[in-house]
Amino acid sequence: MSDPARETDVEARARRGRNIALALGLVIFVILVFVVTIVKLGGNVANRPL
Amino acid sequence: MAMIQAVSAPTRAPARWQDFLQLLKPRVMSLVVFTGLTGLVCAGTPVHPFLAGVAILCIAVGAGASGALNMWYDADIDGKMRRTRGRPVPAGRVQGADALALGVVLSMFSVMLMGMALNWLAAGLLAFTIFFYAVVYTVWLKRWTAQNIVIGGLAGALPPVIGWAAATGTVPLNAWLLCGIIFMWTPPHFWALSLYTSEDYKKAGVPMMPLVAGASSTRKQILIYSLLFTPLCLTPVLTGLGGPIYLAVAGLGGLVFLLLAVRLFRSRAGDAQAQRKDDGLYDVRAGAKDARNLFAFSILYLTLLFATLLGEHLMRVTPLDLLS
Repeated sequence: MSDPARETDVEARARRGRNIALALGLVIFVILVFVVTIVKLGGNVANRPL
Repeated sequence: MAMIQAVSAPTRAPARWQDFLQLLKPRVMSLVVFTGLTGLVCAGTPVHPFLAGVAILCIAVGAGASGALNMWYDADIDGKMRRTRGRPVPAGRVQGADALALGVVLSMFSVMLMGMALNWLAAGLLAFTIFFYAVVYTVWLKRWTAQNIVIGGLAGALPPVIGWAAATGTVPLNAWLLCGIIFMWTPPHFWALSLYTSEDYKKAGVPMMPLVAGASSTRKQILIYSLLFTPLCLTPVLTGLGGPIYLAVAGLGGLVFLLLAVRLFRSRAGDAQAQRKDDGLYDVRAGAKDARNLFAFSILYLTLLFATLLGEHLMRVTPLDLLS
């Protein structure tokens, strides 16, 4: 008799797909913010006190 | 045990990432991207291509977020209608709380990114649009009044204004003209559809105009809105927004639109005799063909209007400015 609390293969595959989609979404967001920062700062990107 | 059963919705299959994508209403997103892009391009102010892309992405994600919030709140009535019962929440594939969380998170991300990357006027307009669709339309208007899609149509009409604001930081008259065109287009478009799908709305208890005022009154109101909408489509040539190609498209298309609206007014579309209980969702009885024709042409006409404006501005066609 199978344990009803245990994750099935279908559930595991679905969860893996959701996790990958979420990870991709977060990575894209980080890249977007990074490039937006570079574009907005333009040539002033290095103009700061070191 | 009974308590646990009461609070947890039945889950038939595990949620896949595609189910969460479906919550964002990709078709609506593509339409919003198109009208938002038109506003951004028609503004005529050069924007860095990457920032322009970010602006369109924010508009699309904001629209998707409001779609997810709508599907969370409307799961009960979505489950009663054939057109919507397969959506992820009523079908049990996604928990309502997850749809709500997705909608809230994406709303915040899209508005904040728009503010940081473009300007806070565009971000504020985007936030207002999401609020208007998810709260004013979904929670308040949709179940309360037959004017739901008239007032709620503002949410669908605002993306070109957001695009314009993203490019320039201002919202001049021409931006509001684009908004006005979509706003006035919405009632004849949706009421034509609801004339032959009102049975579905009846089951869900949504007060669409044909159910509240009757088919005859709806046909009359469609004609009145069409008489207001078609001249409004010509106004961009008075204000330096549309050029000669736009004038031809808006003029000829407007005549066809009016002709179809008059034919619908004189038809019996939506009358009880024109429908049968065993009709499929997209089955159209003879009497309802005029409603279907106007519905189909309304989509084509709005697409042509915006595509022409977009094309004219990309090809740098000199706009007409007949008022000055």
